[in-house]
Amino acid sequence: MAFAERNELNKNLAQMLKGGVIMDVTTPEQARIAQDAGACAVMALERIPADIRAAGGVSRMSDPAMIRGIQEAVSIPVMAKVRIGHMAEARILQAIEIDYIDESEVLSPADDVYHIDKRQFDVPFVCGAKNLGEALRRIEEGASMIRTKGEPGTGDVIQAVRHMRTMNRQIRELASLRDDEVYEAAKQLAVPYELAMYVHENRRLPVVNFAAGGVATPADAALMMELGAEGVFVGSGIFKSGDPAKRAAAIVQATANWQDSDLLARLSENLGEAMVGINEDEIETIMAARGE
Amino acid sequence: MVVDVSYISKETSDHLEDVMLGAPSVTGIVAVQGAFAEHAAMLDRLGVPWKLLRNGEDFDDSIARVILPGGESTTQGKLLHQTGLYEPIAAHIAAGRPVFGTCAGMILLARELEDDPTVHFGAMDVTVRRNAYGRQLGSFSADADIDFSVDVADGDLGEEVTGDAAEADYVACEVNPRIDDYPVVFIRGPLVSNVGEEANVAAMVNGQVVAVRQGNLIATAFHPELTDDTRIHEFFLSL
Repeated sequence: MAFAERNELNKNLAQMLKGGVIMDVTTPEQARIAQDAGACAVMALERIPADIRAAGGVSRMSDPAMIRGIQEAVSIPVMAKVRIGHMAEARILQAIEIDYIDESEVLSPADDVYHIDKRQFDVPFVCGAKNLGEALRRIEEGASMIRTKGEPGTGDVIQAVRHMRTMNRQIRELASLRDDEVYEAAKQLAVPYELAMYVHENRRLPVVNFAAGGVATPADAALMMELGAEGVFVGSGIFKSGDPAKRAAAIVQATANWQDSDLLARLSENLGEAMVGINEDEIETIMAARGE
Repeated sequence: MVVDVSYISKETSDHLEDVMLGAPSVTGIVAVQGAFAEHAAMLDRLGVPWKLLRNGEDFDDSIARVILPGGESTTQGKLLHQTGLYEPIAAHIAAGRPVFGTCAGMILLARELEDDPTVHFGAMDVTVRRNAYGRQLGSFSADADIDFSVDVADGDLGEEVTGDAAEADYVACEVNPRIDDYPVVFIRGPLVSNVGEEANVAAMVNGQVVAVRQGNLIATAFHPELTDDTRIHEFFLSL
């Protein structure tokens, strides 16, 4: 199948995930809890970002056997992460028919210059971005879904907010230009002219855009939806909290009905302890700086 | 093709308040999760009123028909109950009013699922196999001929409609229920593995049933809302 046709189907899958929550899980049991809570997909990984951060060292693609165990446990789509630039890990995930590959800054980068040429793959890729330039470069490389980077494993939503606001502000700026100013804007953003023109004309990315990195509460999820996210990734926020099943279900409902303040108030009650969280100025490793 | 940016924040069609008076005329699009905005964009192309249904209170007297969009059926099934949308939609179905389910929506309408005891509305006399083509690598697009004209028990695909009720139904249709060369897009799609007596086959792809009709209920395993072909929506609006 030609890349264009495959890419369209892959962008379509992201459209089906919209309005939903994608949850990090490390075991089949957690995957079932996530599915029962209403997750629209799960991200299978050996350690959630908060533990990766705590453990230090090199973090890599998860064991395919562990990912298969999660694929067998649930009927919703299963995603998994590869290191930035690690096409061999990506080929392994394609071989086990993963539904979406996250070329992720959460893992240790394998390449400090090049991302994976995602057009060479049939499985879809989602990539993180801090701003419009990063998002469009990943899309040019073949990504069929974008998420903000945020700062994974912190439980601090500030960076996800910053990245979503930055991206959407840059989109509005690009849309407001005269047509003949888009050439220069594309140069400034370091992106192909055609993609800059698409954003200029359509006032949005050509793929679905989720929020990720630091979402820990129903209110965080609602905040990101209000800022224009089309759905939410929750990593450490669920299984690092006191009552994962309840918190997961509450975040799912908050994402679906983010405008309903009465509901959000009820959902936020008695959720037990949230993940501890680390402020952005207390962390040593800035994962969002990986891969621009 | 991603949906137009305006649909990220749009809750109803334009000028909805102007059409709310009189008989129910608004298409309610269930908006708990999934590709509901794509259906809204489709209805705007046809210039018909719609509103998103986010909770039970949104389901008011203006609602004449309901669309159950694509997305994740397990997620949607849970949220239908949590949002209070399940009961009014079940009553709408019981009253014989029109419902259109796409992909996850077909799963929600089915009377039985293979390998899963969960039943949602259980309204259509079909058994549905979820993720019938495997994972995302099995997703595909094709062209298919669709025929929603058969709506009698034991009717076969393409058979001429007979019987008074079916005749009346057929005559009432201003829109052609036969739709040739329709672009069908399957995204981790289901298929219908068994069609009971009350339901009728409307389309087949690769020898498998992928669209069904049962009275005013229609369901497709594929995603008309991801195309720019409005013919199936036009047919649904004629019900």
